Amino acid sequence: MTDAPADLANANAIGRSLRRIEDRPLLTGQAAFAADLRVEGQVHMRVVRSPVAFGRITEIDVDEALELPGVIAVWTHADVAALPQIDFRMTRIEGLGPYRQWVLARDFVRYVGEPMAVVFAETGFAAEDAADLIFAEIDELDAHLSATADPVEVYPGVETGLLSEPAVIRKGAGDVDAAFAAADRVVELEVAVGRHTGVPLETRGALAQHDPDSDVVTMMGAAKVPHYNRGAIATMLGLPTDKVQLSEQHVGGGFGIRGELYPEDVLVCHAARVLGRPIRWIEDRKEHLLAANHSRDQAYRLRAAVDPEGVILGLDAAFYTDQGAYVRTHGGTVTDLAAAMLPGPYRIPAYRVAGHIRLTNKTPAGTYRAPGRFESTFARERLMDEIADQCGLSRSEVRRRNLIPEAAMPFDRQIDTLGTHLVYDSGKYADLLERFRTMLDLDRTEDALAERRDAGEMAGCGLGFFVEKSGLGPDDLVRLHLSGDGTIRIVTGVASVGQGVETTLAQVCAGTLGIGIDGIEVIHGQTSLIEKGMGAFATRVTVMAGSAVKIAAEALIAKATEAAAKALGADPADLTFDAGRVSGPSGALTLAEAAQAAGGEIVAEGLFETTHMTYPYGIHFAQVSVDPETCGVTIERYAVAYDIGRMVNPMLVEGQLVGAVAQGVGGALLEEFVYDEAGQPLATSLADYLMPTAMEMPEVELLIREDAPSPINPLGVKGAGEGGINGAGAALAGAVSQALGRRVDRLPMTPERIYRWIRG
Amino acid sequence: MKPAAFSYHRPETISDALALLAEHGDVGKIIAGGQSLVPSMNFRLARPETLIDMNAIAEIAGIEDRGDTLVIGAMTRHAAFHTPVCDGPTGAMLTRVVGNIAHYPIRQRGTFGGSLCHADPASEWCLVAATFDAAMEIHGQDGMREVGAADFFKGTFTTAVGGDELLARIHLPKLPEGWGTGFYEFSRRRGDFALAMAVAALKVEGGKIADARLGVGAVAAHGLRLETLEQALTGQPATEETIAEVAAQVPGLVKPSGDIHGSAEYRRDLAQAVVRRALNAALADCAVPA
Ligand SMILES: Cc1cc2nc3c(=O)[nH]c(=O)nc-3n(C[C@H](O)[C@H](O)[C@H](O)COP(=O)(O)OP(=O)(O)OC[C@H]3O[C@@H](n4cnc5c(N)ncnc54)[C@H](O)[C@@H]3O)c2cc1C
Repeated sequence: MTDAPADLANANAIGRSLRRIEDRPLLTGQAAFAADLRVEGQVHMRVVRSPVAFGRITEIDVDEALELPGVIAVWTHADVAALPQIDFRMTRIEGLGPYRQWVLARDFVRYVGEPMAVVFAETGFAAEDAADLIFAEIDELDAHLSATADPVEVYPGVETGLLSEPAVIRKGAGDVDAAFAAADRVVELEVAVGRHTGVPLETRGALAQHDPDSDVVTMMGAAKVPHYNRGAIATMLGLPTDKVQLSEQHVGGGFGIRGELYPEDVLVCHAARVLGRPIRWIEDRKEHLLAANHSRDQAYRLRAAVDPEGVILGLDAAFYTDQGAYVRTHGGTVTDLAAAMLPGPYRIPAYRVAGHIRLTNKTPAGTYRAPGRFESTFARERLMDEIADQCGLSRSEVRRRNLIPEAAMPFDRQIDTLGTHLVYDSGKYADLLERFRTMLDLDRTEDALAERRDAGEMAGCGLGFFVEKSGLGPDDLVRLHLSGDGTIRIVTGVASVGQGVETTLAQVCAGTLGIGIDGIEVIHGQTSLIEKGMGAFATRVTVMAGSAVKIAAEALIAKATEAAAKALGADPADLTFDAGRVSGPSGALTLAEAAQAAGGEIVAEGLFETTHMTYPYGIHFAQVSVDPETCGVTIERYAVAYDIGRMVNPMLVEGQLVGAVAQGVGGALLEEFVYDEAGQPLATSLADYLMPTAMEMPEVELLIREDAPSPINPLGVKGAGEGGINGAGAALAGAVSQALGRRVDRLPMTPERIYRWIRG
Repeated sequence: MKPAAFSYHRPETISDALALLAEHGDVGKIIAGGQSLVPSMNFRLARPETLIDMNAIAEIAGIEDRGDTLVIGAMTRHAAFHTPVCDGPTGAMLTRVVGNIAHYPIRQRGTFGGSLCHADPASEWCLVAATFDAAMEIHGQDGMREVGAADFFKGTFTTAVGGDELLARIHLPKLPEGWGTGFYEFSRRRGDFALAMAVAALKVEGGKIADARLGVGAVAAHGLRLETLEQALTGQPATEETIAEVAAQVPGLVKPSGDIHGSAEYRRDLAQAVVRRALNAALADCAVPA
């Protein structure tokens, strides 16, 4: 940590595994999640969802439902026709507009689970009973289920010419044709990642209340991006922004999918105003698996121009994102990130990619932890293994030869993503690989596995080298309130999805002020308490809000020093600040005393702005054995190397990495949304959508390094949120592929697929 | 995910339960541990108008060891088998099997009788009942009848228990001392329903297999006793080679259906593997001195 600023090197709160502030309410059962919220007079909302994958709605009969005792209202599209489609939060690409989803289906249903009607009733039971009585007459159309097949019309006969390929994202740099002309060999590969997603244990839910006096509608149960969603809901309802407030409670997991603006969020807010009663909506698990964003599901075609040493001269790539039925709030984010990050940690001087966004009649897709990277890392690392095999190199050697050298940092990829120029800010890739090889005793490990294979076993190992991205701007604001009793309240617009935001920000504050974290409280996700906030996504909170806290704490020091100078009759220049005290020749004041001297409170602000992301990186290693008869995979060893730049709380970093590995194991081996030919989803409960449990999880060995701090933020931090999943599919596929002695080109690697691979 | 409305009764005797069943006819349904019924009610796949709860009927809970037979009350929880319920090979075998049924909390609630009446093709207890030829004691308005396993399981989720009847007890013949038992199951995750499973018992004398019991589950409409293979094993050398040869016949004897967790073809081959492994485990169990 040679690069750490001097004041932080001395601080004791940063870099320590302090216990989580947020755990006390959770462990004592005091914490409230969305489903814990109840208010007098609340009305239960139940969404009626399409039973078919594609069709034209001819009639929705709601009469019988309306007659049921306890039913207050039933709405279909006609009742909410004034509400516009749900707009994009990110990566708004030309041409995506017509593909947005309505709050309730208009004329067509495009996936099983699409909201067609909504029931409001006095009890949850009555609401479900009524939903059962609503019958939609739908002229079924043939479901389009392949993102690689030729595009078809999205609204046949109505909007002719609107095809199921809303956009193609193209990026590139260097002379690809020249690279292929100069190549010694061309290595080609087709691979695909199955459809799966983040499945938070807490399903979505909301409670919206309208206050007639102030005309403000407040929605509790917000997550991830409360400020953005508040603005979006206000726009949709035609209200000034300050007439909508969003409030986050404890959130039981986000993973990118929870907290985006969905039809249900708009419906509860609208209904609270129209019906004049509080509206409660809690999603059940089946709905969640049908209605919340799916993700992944990309198919890649890669061609690499390779020189005799196994060095990639150029990469020509095309891939297809199965976006599902509509383009949701993320716009082209997943495809854009996949296109930008596909080259990963390798030089690849010439690169050309076409990322096709394709609609199908499946649940719409969005971002899920390491969006576009889990997939592109899988594709790229499979390619690296293929190059290794074809060039007769070891898997680590082919990677080493292609890595971007430290001397090339900061490394400009000459492409843009998410509206930022893609520049890897710092990295010692080869150094991390060497350390990891040593930790794993990789050569010996590989020899031992080769011996086992010679003896007839199916065993192997694989590597997944990746670059992550973190700290997406443009900015974040925090406000620190220091009271006369010395306690500090940090108010921020970022959100907590359970990742330890409160602890992390408190540690940065405490570390900057040289005090303990006990008297520090963190308020997040409340639109009524701070005017802006970007939220929790893109592994951005520690980088953005952490930096803002540091800036704010430094401003607080300046203000406290000023107040102390007045109180002590000293020149501020003669005062020093250390360990929560302002001292000078004529005496010293604690922070509490400084606040008292300033009239009882000192408020300081910190705004951190950036136009660039920071890029942590790492390597996954998996060792597996495959049972040739049951086709089951046993993970014998799992390790992750990760350079995070700088750690605020090592325990939280470890938790993030290991938790993400679990989800990576799910996506690599277990989790898949399977559809039949008619577009009926076949994995609609947790009995069929298989998430890993503790029993399926290997012990995860971690090599966390702080060798390449970020030069572009005041803390030197990079994020921890997504590195633990990014390379999991790649490493596990590499391992299974080596164990089977054949190409593995598809995730998840289910027993059925392994059975087919083994039998050729 | 809320069930449709239902009324609820909690009889304390078999005869009261039967009276309620008679009264509510087609719309009444027995609830035991609720571990299969309640999920399907919450999905509204099942919509009984009346639930008749077996949990207060003391006479059908618990296990009685009658020497050569184990009489298992229908309401006996899976968890009762976590430790051997009787001495000898059967008690040990049931303990081996039970850990594969669902998860610990579900085993506290789910019942032996509920499993048999639910008759999931991948039910471990159904496989045990089929393989060891249990007799099911069914009570109805006209009295009691005993139905052997061969006639009890009619197909996927269907049994010989009529709509106005209830299963009271399961009479499971015990294996005499000297038998070795083995069980093998493969599922996607720990606690999931099996993709294939097998239970085996062997008696070895003088290096030869003197007698055998063998069943395979999750690869047909219900658990199957493989009598032809029992006969094929009997009299053969008690070796892994014998077992491998006999197990090779399994794919021809089962009729798995494919689902999202595995095709029929894969499960046919898997059935062979689980049978071989269960038999090998039973063979190893024979070698263990008592
Ligand atoms: C996540 C999960 C995993 C599971 N995994 C497995 C597994 O691996 N293997 C396995 O075998 N099971 C598994 N189960 C099912 C579990 O074992 C159930 O307990 C069992 O199938 C049914 O028993 P029950 O007592 O809960 O019956 P209930 O759910 O109460 O009833 C099931 C059916 O049987 C009828 N019934 C019950 N008792 C009687 C009776 N005495 N007379 C007449 N009819 C009766 C009911 O009317 C109903 O139709 C799993 C369940 C869950 C939730």
